[in-house]
Amino acid sequence: MRVNLPQYDNIIIGAGHNGLVCAAYLAKKGQSVLVLEASDTLGGLAATREFYPGYKIAVAHSLSHFSPQIVSDLNLTDHGFKSGAPMPTIGLDLQGKHVVVTRDTVRGVTDKDASSYTDYLQLLERFANMLSPFWLKTMPRIGSKKLKDLTTFAQLGLKLRLLGKEDMGEFMRVATLPARDLMDENFDNDLLKAVLSWDGLIGSKMAPRSPNATVLAMLYRMSGEHNGASSIPQGGIESLINALHQVIATAGGQVQRHSPVAKINVQGDSNGLQATGVELADGTVLTAGRVISSADPKRTFLQLVGVENLEIEFSNRINRLRSDGYVAKLHLALDGLPHFNGIDIPDGRMIIAPKMDSIEFAFDNAKYGESPEQPVMEMMLPSLRDASLAPEGKHLLSAHIMYVPHSLKGGWTAQAKASLQELVIDTIAQYAPELRQQIIHAELLTPEDIERSHHVTGGHWHHTELSMDQMLMMRPTYEAAQYSTPIPGLFLCGAGSHPGGGLMGGPGHNAARHILGAK
Amino acid sequence: MSKQAIDLTPQPNFRQVLQPTPFHQRMVEHCPIQNWMSWNGYQTPRVCDQLASEYFAIRSTCSVMDLTPMEKYRIIGPDAVKFLNRLVTRDISGLKPGRVTYVIWCNDEGKVLDDGTLFHLEQGDYRLCAQHHQLDWLLLSSLGMDVSIEEETHNIAALSVQGPTSFSVLSAAGLQGLDTLKPFGICQSVLHGFDVTISRTGFTGDLGYELWVDPSNGLALWDAIFMLKDNGLFDIRTIGLSALEMVRIEAGFIMPGDDFNTAESTIRADHDRSPYELGLGWLVDFDKPYFTGKRALIHEYSQPIARRLVKLQVEGNKPPADSFLYDGKGGRRIGTIKSHSWSPILKTNVCMADIEYRNGLPPGEIWAEIYYQKELEWRATWAKCSVSEKPFWVHPRRLATPPQAF
Repeated sequence: MRVNLPQYDNIIIGAGHNGLVCAAYLAKKGQSVLVLEASDTLGGLAATREFYPGYKIAVAHSLSHFSPQIVSDLNLTDHGFKSGAPMPTIGLDLQGKHVVVTRDTVRGVTDKDASSYTDYLQLLERFANMLSPFWLKTMPRIGSKKLKDLTTFAQLGLKLRLLGKEDMGEFMRVATLPARDLMDENFDNDLLKAVLSWDGLIGSKMAPRSPNATVLAMLYRMSGEHNGASSIPQGGIESLINALHQVIATAGGQVQRHSPVAKINVQGDSNGLQATGVELADGTVLTAGRVISSADPKRTFLQLVGVENLEIEFSNRINRLRSDGYVAKLHLALDGLPHFNGIDIPDGRMIIAPKMDSIEFAFDNAKYGESPEQPVMEMMLPSLRDASLAPEGKHLLSAHIMYVPHSLKGGWTAQAKASLQELVIDTIAQYAPELRQQIIHAELLTPEDIERSHHVTGGHWHHTELSMDQMLMMRPTYEAAQYSTPIPGLFLCGAGSHPGGGLMGGPGHNAARHILGAK
Repeated sequence: MSKQAIDLTPQPNFRQVLQPTPFHQRMVEHCPIQNWMSWNGYQTPRVCDQLASEYFAIRSTCSVMDLTPMEKYRIIGPDAVKFLNRLVTRDISGLKPGRVTYVIWCNDEGKVLDDGTLFHLEQGDYRLCAQHHQLDWLLLSSLGMDVSIEEETHNIAALSVQGPTSFSVLSAAGLQGLDTLKPFGICQSVLHGFDVTISRTGFTGDLGYELWVDPSNGLALWDAIFMLKDNGLFDIRTIGLSALEMVRIEAGFIMPGDDFNTAESTIRADHDRSPYELGLGWLVDFDKPYFTGKRALIHEYSQPIARRLVKLQVEGNKPPADSFLYDGKGGRRIGTIKSHSWSPILKTNVCMADIEYRNGLPPGEIWAEIYYQKELEWRATWAKCSVSEKPFWVHPRRLATPPQAF
């Protein structure tokens, strides 16, 4: 029996972008909201942090599919968010025969490949358009006979049917195809194949030969403003997080830093369980009508809620979620602008992965718990797009390195980290020979480091693998796939919920809509 | 996660499909008709000699059954209570050391997985006896709990000694502490220099004890009991599972897997059963904060009950094996007999039956259509049935402490 009224309508755990998006929607509807952030910076994996005096960067170094609908719903542009121009993706070649992919064209390949690319892109765009409404929808509950759920199912079926017989068949065929097959069917150029498959793979434990959801991951990314191309907003990723924070503050919501949540308080009586609030690491107890967690599902359920409040089968389904991250992050503080062979201004997203086999072999190392012998990566110089990230005249390089296992055989010793860092720098230096002399400071974050610093299980970008068995109405698992959970009053709004991770905002938006609808 | 050592050493003789229990050497001497069956892979008598004498040993004198094959699990650790309270539907936090209780456990959907008895041996040290193999479920349940789960089915030899003279027999055999041992109590005794754990528990609804020893002391325990028979002091008989089946129905105890399909082995929707549907709602404690299945059971409790396993008495002397049940002679079919026995002591047919309820109420009358043979010729007849809320067989000596001496 609760005697006192709860202090807040909603407590949101974690000020990652999804937590903030969810808070913003709720606050705008007049709900009282308290967002609790463990660290000193807002944004979660998109939190901008000074890694060396004068040099700042977030783990997530660019936007690729942040929802334009959220930008407009929340008037983020009025709060200082201005999206950036799309970056070209440059597949680096040792001989300087780079492949450059922009939204509609590809350069550096044969006419045949260039023309195939047009067809390929059009097909994917048709698929992406078909799917785009569903990323911002609550997925139907399996077995539900509710009109809303049946309608969503019907819409999905109708959308699929409206593709036309040929496209529908093709969609069904390629949706779970390994990236390798899709690329081999369409293109000849090895570098182009590697570059185009990259977006379906990064952040996951999948390589070109893995059949699963790589094509769906590409289509998910293509829901973004620039068809999935990377961009850096004016003022950096920080401007997006600040804008979200401002929306919340303007609407009367609170965001509290340095407030790690130790426990989600759950009360059990003869009516069942009810989430009543949270307990902070310092022992402070806060009460709320709803607790909404943007933390990953494993952390939320197994650590914050505790198995004693969960059904046995459910807790094991959560425990089985695949959440090991495979992306490491390299930050280099540079004395000046590095020169990449064959590139005038390196202001694109550069990919080092000469062919699909390079990606596959790096994955092979990682899946047996080894560090990649020849790492593959995407990198950029964000300071070229946002001068505030580095001191004047200086630059910084930011790279996502695949596949770096969260659980390295023998553990992430200082030596293991140092040798990977040197290997990555050497790899980049093959394309930018002067790089080493320009490095003022280098920092490598393994998935284990990211797990520790950002409180995300496995250091996984998407909180839990974005794969067929953990997608849509199965994300993160049934009985928790519609933002509500088996515990009344506890909701999920993080990347572990549909549609998934990446700086997209879908889970935060959908959770808020579900909560407001359920009121 | 708890540790579980799995013994992969090959069995000494692969041709020996059924394993002998630690009492086998002696048991064979009591089983002239060689009517064996498998119980959890152990060679177990279905009937030792004469079913009728075995039955009456339980109800009138003293019976001995080899209980070794029963699934036994040891649960120890700081989170043992937390673990068990999440597992079973009852609140076991009040179960004191030296006490036993009857428990059931459910899956997430509130459907019963199995039943058994929970022994609180010493502070924080529990033994769970189950009808079916439960190790996988117990290990799944131990996720995130500081508790160790170990199967000890094969590490403990157990005898069930049941019947009106069991107290006197065991006291005469040299076991101490029985006169103060209450039903569902546990005590320790020493017999010829070895330890015997005694619990006043059983599956007969009568006075009786279960004895737990190290397998190496099995034969010595056996001999200490049967010596009294050889001396002509008491009539003591070994019994097989057929006699047990008769008395357990009389006593109103359900048998998972026979009277209902356990949730884990159920494929078809609605073929599994909740505690309410088994008449075991009294074991469900909504007052404790949480247990697996509580959410589903709270919901089910708010709905009218759709069916129930009931204790059914069937008139006449025709065996109502597998009979269909109707809400009137030639009426609507409403259920089936799940298990049945002729009760020699009550002179009637006693059954467990699964019947449909309507609007939360049992049918006004229940009739069984019984098919039976007379000299290989099939006949059919109708028999009126009545639901019994109480066990068919209850006797005050089950609860008397000290029990009456003979």
